Amino acid sequence: MKLGFLVDLNLCMGCKGCEIACKVENEVPLSSWRLRVKYIDIGTFPDTSRSFTPLRCNHCENAPCERICPVSALHYLDNGIVNVDSSRCIGCAGCMMACPYGAIYMDPESNTADKCTYCAHRIESGMMPACVVACPVEANIFGDVEDETSHISRYIMEHQGSVQVRKPEKHTNPKHFYVGGGNQTLNPLAHERIEGYGLFNNITHLDTLGDPHHSILDRFLTPIFGGHNDHLKNESFLDMPNDASHESHKKEGGHH
Amino acid sequence: MDHGTVIEATKAVVTLDVALPGIIWGWMITLNMWAKSIGTGVILVGAFLLHRHKKEEMPSLRWLMPLISFIALNVFLLFTLVDLHQPLRMVNIFLHPHWTSAITVGAWMASLFTGLITLMALIGAADKFPDFARHNGFAKALRSKSELYEKVFPFVVFLAFPVTMYTAIIMAQSSARELWAAPAELIQMLLAAFMVGSASLILISGKWSKEAKRDLAMILALSVMFSFLMYMGEYFFSYKAAEVEATLAYVHSGGAYNVQFWTAMVLGYIIPFFVAFGSLKEENRVLMKFAAVTTLIGLYLAKSVWLEIPQMIPLS
Repeated sequence: MKLGFLVDLNLCMGCKGCEIACKVENEVPLSSWRLRVKYIDIGTFPDTSRSFTPLRCNHCENAPCERICPVSALHYLDNGIVNVDSSRCIGCAGCMMACPYGAIYMDPESNTADKCTYCAHRIESGMMPACVVACPVEANIFGDVEDETSHISRYIMEHQGSVQVRKPEKHTNPKHFYVGGGNQTLNPLAHERIEGYGLFNNITHLDTLGDPHHSILDRFLTPIFGGHNDHLKNESFLDMPNDASHESHKKEGGHH
Repeated sequence: MDHGTVIEATKAVVTLDVALPGIIWGWMITLNMWAKSIGTGVILVGAFLLHRHKKEEMPSLRWLMPLISFIALNVFLLFTLVDLHQPLRMVNIFLHPHWTSAITVGAWMASLFTGLITLMALIGAADKFPDFARHNGFAKALRSKSELYEKVFPFVVFLAFPVTMYTAIIMAQSSARELWAAPAELIQMLLAAFMVGSASLILISGKWSKEAKRDLAMILALSVMFSFLMYMGEYFFSYKAAEVEATLAYVHSGGAYNVQFWTAMVLGYIIPFFVAFGSLKEENRVLMKFAAVTTLIGLYLAKSVWLEIPQMIPLS
């Protein structure tokens, strides 16, 4: 069994339902994404089009992240999933350097590398990945690529010639396919990030990676001086005042 | 960008995406590589000098060579540890090693290397300060095993080569960053060790023989020359895949790393080459020390540029 993913970009409408479902299912912290949908505008007005590209771990058969991981925190499962054991990860970020798809992030809460696991915990229970369930147009197709009768295998066969993977020149043999993609959508060097054209401006790069106070020195100094970003953890938001009459809420023009 | 500007019809523009991670391996990894180059370089250059000259011509080499290496290797190990997001789990590299990873193989080799260097540094210091050894039991025991230094040294020299070069394998395994995957990186690591190894020894070579100092100048001149030629060859003349071309745009004229790159080339390569080459005929101690310092600074800056620019381009 070799589990794979296929996204039909002709069907994707950029609703980001998959992105949200993934965040919720896997409790992905703020500033981190296992799956994201990128919007790309192509052409000059009035001949323009917008494409939506969901991006996640490619679960490569020849995964550079697995090879470089010094402690086997990244490892293959029998079904082909490249899984992460966060309890073993030392946080060296070697996998982030090795992954040609930028699919791995440093979790700011656990200070370990993390990524899409094709919802391995759901697969184990016989369920589909959260993003597949959430997709309203069935653009996400998931299944066993070694089984000729599976939906994904039949889809690949029906769309021969237009099935692509990202960066095939890297010889990673990804198990994540796209239908309806092109160079401009799948090649990150074929599109530009121009300040002023995105929805969010002046935020092209993250200031820090993981917890900014992760180092061993901080571990000694934190009990004395403080420093960890506890106030930024997801749980901490549960303790925040959720009163509509809160002062800052009024200042920001909120309604009572 | 001015909103009035017309974007080329062939250009695609990202209109909604997340923030990119940016620099992941930053100054600590630069420092780590730089310090490791010193730690192994002084051993390699020292071994060459001991092969060519009598010990008496280089009176301080026996104890200062392992001491410099010991300090540099500990800086390297400290910043390797500090840069980890889970530093206390470093032990997992030894408890759960994954041998396909150059990080694992490197960590084991570097640990063994540091252990042997520590032994050499302790014996060297005990021999250098016999008065102290007379009053200290441990130092006394080390002095009694003084011959271990010479026995261990060939293994240390042999190990210095892979310890120097394994970082290039890590970079090659970082297949997302094509600039690092060049085979030239292996030789650049070795040349870097000879550069800063000779530069470090130049700083302590005050009372050494002229011949030994001339050899140091020759090693510095040759290593900076070959390293500079490799950088220039890679930069100007090699075939570059699209990703490498996009990466090198950061050091092109107007690029964010242009000034740092050329400052590194001038300080670390051009100045030391001319000074060291000139010193082959007529020694100028002050200038040689100046060149040694610029080499150390220049190599740090060059490594920093080469480490950071591939991390600037978007991967997805």
